[in-house]
Amino acid sequence: MGAVVSMKAVMPRERQRRTPGARLALAILLGPAAVLLVIGLVVPVLQTADGSIRNADGTAWVGLQNFGWVLTTVAARQALLNTLLWAIVVPLVATALGLALALLLDGKRRQALPRLLLLLPVSISSVGAAVAWGLVYEHRAAGQAQVGLLGEVMSWLGITDPRAWLLAQPWNTALLMVVMIWIQSGAATILLTVAIRAIPADVLEAAAIDGAVGWRRFADVIVPMIRGSLIVTATIIAAVSVKVFDIVRTMTDGNYGTQVVANEMFTQAFAASQAGRSSALAMILLVGVGAMIVFNVRHVRDQPGQK
Amino acid sequence: MSGPVALAARRRLSRPVVTVCIVVVSVAWSIPTMGLLVTSLRPRTLAQSSGWWTILADPRLTLDNYRAALTPGSMTPDGALPYLLNSVAITVPAVVLPLALGCMAAYALAWIPFRGSTAVLLVVVGLQVVPLQMALLPLARLFGQGWSIGAVPILPSMDLGGSYLPLWAAHTVFALPLAIYLLHGFISIMPRDVLQAARIDGAGHLRILTGIVIPMCLPAMGAFAVLQFIWVWNDLLVALTFAGTSPRVVPITAYLASVKATSAGDLGRIAALGCIAILIPVLVFAIWQRTFARALVAGSVKG
Repeated sequence: MGAVVSMKAVMPRERQRRTPGARLALAILLGPAAVLLVIGLVVPVLQTADGSIRNADGTAWVGLQNFGWVLTTVAARQALLNTLLWAIVVPLVATALGLALALLLDGKRRQALPRLLLLLPVSISSVGAAVAWGLVYEHRAAGQAQVGLLGEVMSWLGITDPRAWLLAQPWNTALLMVVMIWIQSGAATILLTVAIRAIPADVLEAAAIDGAVGWRRFADVIVPMIRGSLIVTATIIAAVSVKVFDIVRTMTDGNYGTQVVANEMFTQAFAASQAGRSSALAMILLVGVGAMIVFNVRHVRDQPGQK
Repeated sequence: MSGPVALAARRRLSRPVVTVCIVVVSVAWSIPTMGLLVTSLRPRTLAQSSGWWTILADPRLTLDNYRAALTPGSMTPDGALPYLLNSVAITVPAVVLPLALGCMAAYALAWIPFRGSTAVLLVVVGLQVVPLQMALLPLARLFGQGWSIGAVPILPSMDLGGSYLPLWAAHTVFALPLAIYLLHGFISIMPRDVLQAARIDGAGHLRILTGIVIPMCLPAMGAFAVLQFIWVWNDLLVALTFAGTSPRVVPITAYLASVKATSAGDLGRIAALGCIAILIPVLVFAIWQRTFARALVAGSVKG
């Protein structure tokens, strides 16, 4: 962990004499945050880990039964599979789009308005985005005037699906992913713009003199130079996508084959009163997010010139 | 032919193409939000029966949907306003508390030497990546039933139904690791000389924190505040878990989700409610876009 190593380096080297005043200051300054974190985060996380190997009301240990339930129940397996799809498709598409947008906006002055329009979805809640995209996906039967833009475009193309778009498996999951991609591309654009601006000007000039322009400049100079940032961006979006909840909850509530782990976890916890299963699903989210972060740290650490 | 000249020539050539691309892409990107806005301004029956793009053929606009969304008893018994106020009442303390506590903790970790400070920092960095789902159920139980080890009650059960407190506490706890991490990165690289000079002049830690550290750290605090404000305002998961269904607590985002679930067919009014719900974070973002970007970048470098 690069960040941690650099923190160690700035810790005060010489230990000052510990005075009662310093101890009091430490208790006052660090105490509240530490107490809150222990009671509100550390202990609950351990309780959830423990709960994942207990039964529905937490009264007896059941070994790995809850994880077995996740792997053998059709609905839970569907959630697992969909979440895996989210974790792969969304970061790849959003990072690619973010890179395209960052390049498009790079170095151009008077781009404040387009920039704002492209980044705005970042600030819109997933629920708000679900309402906006719900309008796009709104469906009317063939022969009626279409109200949603998707239906309108489809009927121009001669496609009139008698079902509503969000009921049509497996494409409905893709339609939900579009909403997340729409939101996360802005975040990717922000991160990659910073990375592109950090490429030294002389590198670009030297490459230009060597004839690297257009596609060559992009593929042979820019992409290798920001490889670390691309990986960081993709893994962060992947970690967000593993935890996707709001969009699925608001648009389909996990019905019609769109269930994901976070929504199943919430349903098991608060509607089905299955604390054990819910905790097991939370553990799966933890492992999923953890895997992304480990991947992230491994790849970034090997990067020359990347912080 | 010299390179830079060729490059400049190529740039000049491609500039109009790029400009057209930018315009097309940013218009396309805005379609969902534009559709939401236009739908919210169309008469209710029109919004239900024709696409918003027919506005060009039938340019009737009205604020009726907004009136319906805000008036008690029209769309829901309470209207949107109490929920909007709940969002403010939840979000402001949920930004200020982690900022204050995080600043104090970050200073202590950076400038008060004690055994185990590196370990504490490592735990904080680790906690950042823990999905909040890992804490939801035990926290909900904690607020509902209190906490005891065996038969020994450590914390009494709290009757917090209809109170903002669980939401403030949950948002604060979930934000603290990032707050401490971001601010520590900033505070730990402050010039040692300045802080030491203050120590020599007899200033205690609290005086240094409020007099030197916080003023110097305002940009970082502002960046975290913008990020946290948008995150809390837009949150659904924490609200669903800790706010219940009481109109005295539920924030606007969760309210929008529940209204969408019950009256999804009422397109014009739902769209108006959607616009009401996203207005404030969108404004905050539009005003502090650079600050937000800075926080996002700082937060992403975490290991």
